[in-house]
Amino acid sequence: MSRRRRAVVLGLVAAAVVVVVVAPLVGTVPLRPGLVIEAIVHPAAADPLAVQIVSLRLPRVVLGLLVGAFLAVAGASFQTLLGNPLATPYTVGVAAAGSFGAFLALAWPLIGRLGPLGAVPAQAVVWSAFELLLLAFLARRARWGGTALILAGVTFNFLFAAGTLLVRLLADPFRLQAMDRWLMGGLDIVGWRAPVTVAVMGLPALVVLLAVAPALDQLAFGDAVAHGRGVPVARLRGLVLAAGAWLTAACVAQAGPIAFVGLLVPHGVRLLIGSSHRRVLPASVVAGAAFLVAADALARTVPLLGRGAELPVGVITALVGGPVFLLLLARRSSANRSSIGG
Amino acid sequence: MSLEARGLTFAYAEDAAPAVSGVDLELETGELIAVVGPNGSGKSTLLALLAGWRRPQVGEVLLDGRPLGSLSHRERALQVAYLPQSVVPLYDLTVGEVVASGRHPHRGPWGLGNGGDRAAIAGALAATATTQLAARDFGSLSGGEQQRVLVASVFAQQPRWLLLDEPTASLDVHHRVAVLDVLRSAVRRGSGVILVTHDLNLAALFADRVVLLVEGRRHAVGTPTEVLVQPVLEAAYGPELIVVEHPEVARPVVLPRSGLSR
Repeated sequence: MSRRRRAVVLGLVAAAVVVVVVAPLVGTVPLRPGLVIEAIVHPAAADPLAVQIVSLRLPRVVLGLLVGAFLAVAGASFQTLLGNPLATPYTVGVAAAGSFGAFLALAWPLIGRLGPLGAVPAQAVVWSAFELLLLAFLARRARWGGTALILAGVTFNFLFAAGTLLVRLLADPFRLQAMDRWLMGGLDIVGWRAPVTVAVMGLPALVVLLAVAPALDQLAFGDAVAHGRGVPVARLRGLVLAAGAWLTAACVAQAGPIAFVGLLVPHGVRLLIGSSHRRVLPASVVAGAAFLVAADALARTVPLLGRGAELPVGVITALVGGPVFLLLLARRSSANRSSIGG
Repeated sequence: MSLEARGLTFAYAEDAAPAVSGVDLELETGELIAVVGPNGSGKSTLLALLAGWRRPQVGEVLLDGRPLGSLSHRERALQVAYLPQSVVPLYDLTVGEVVASGRHPHRGPWGLGNGGDRAAIAGALAATATTQLAARDFGSLSGGEQQRVLVASVFAQQPRWLLLDEPTASLDVHHRVAVLDVLRSAVRRGSGVILVTHDLNLAALFADRVVLLVEGRRHAVGTPTEVLVQPVLEAAYGPELIVVEHPEVARPVVLPRSGLSR
């Protein structure tokens, strides 16, 4: 590894550590570091308000770390799987399906929960899984490559978006605000159930994707080249589709469709340390986690024009991520003949 | 070391005419074999079948007598390398990274390198005269340089068989000869090279054997002086060709008839 790459990786890790340490301190009520440490180490002796605030913020930081890491890795993997640098974790439609499920549960709370999952994440996971199975079945049958998968994903996105609109139309109007708020994506959860569920669902899929990183390097040359170098292409494609979509489903079920993390983070990482997946995927874990927790800390700190509500983190990632990505795109298209959209 | 095709038949769709139909071949390492034929004669498809990238609907490919499909993907890639037409990496890579990527089948799980990696990469760069390009961005190279780098990545794979689809298309004469010289050096070291090409004269001057396909069928197989003769070529390409002898060596040269008098 070159000296520059090592410096970048150290910088990323340091940034992540700083973010994790600072994030619990900030919010509508800022806390001193001493109070936070006391609240964690000696909750009985600490300021009760601080204990309460910390018990809200810590699970949220952990959820942010997990969701940021998972979405970034899913995005990086999908960009290679689909042969398109503009792909995101949501391109194949699992997030739209999950949103549809969540809307069902939000509109008609009678629609049920599932084991440890509350009604909303349960329905999101069920519909994401349904969409993924359908997509995988079709892709296998017709031996779809990247472009066909993208087109199918776009179609599923439209179908489930239409379903989501329909649910919105039929729902009791006083539930609409909760539904719209969910669609913006947010980490405003209570308790440890959400981060634990995301971790249990997502970590195996993350391990799978990290393990196939060298094969993904080969896939970036095209399926035929990868085959010639001994990659079991069909099996790899199935595995990456399933693992990436499952990671995405786990995140969307708990945090809603948070925008741009899966697009922005992998490209930022590639600009910094090159495009080998053996470096990009682990670095995306660190950078995605740090980026989302930082964005969420910002979301908690920026007051929403006296309405007492927090800014949804999905709005922050989109507002920060959108312009940054446009800059990136402008820079790359002028420097590079075919890498984006080619 | 042999690579054998037995009755290979392949169609891209059930209702389509077969792209390759009933092709038998017996090939040995230590030769440069050129697969030639008119557009749409199934050259690239045949190469993809020999590489195991396409599975024949009928027939089989045997590597040293074993069905290609019975080998693990890794075992196959250690023996047979395949470079398809027009390779465009999705991301920015340096030349060194592109060449190193050919080492994939030699690496363990998690992509950990083995001791031979550096020597193989350096050797591949040297053999293709691309050492001085190693730090350059692959996308910034000319077409000829890119082709040489891709051939270097195949060399780094250190296979017994190199299957290359039009590696010299879009190159000028000088660069074509440079790539073919590099492939001949691989043949001298005992590898087998199977090359799909449109360029009959390159096949005549560099190949040990020529496989001529017409409409997916094996039309002729033999040395260049056996295959590249007027009656055989006329049957494949039509009457607009003349075959003469190269002024320096006893090899055929294929020229188009002049259109000036028409």
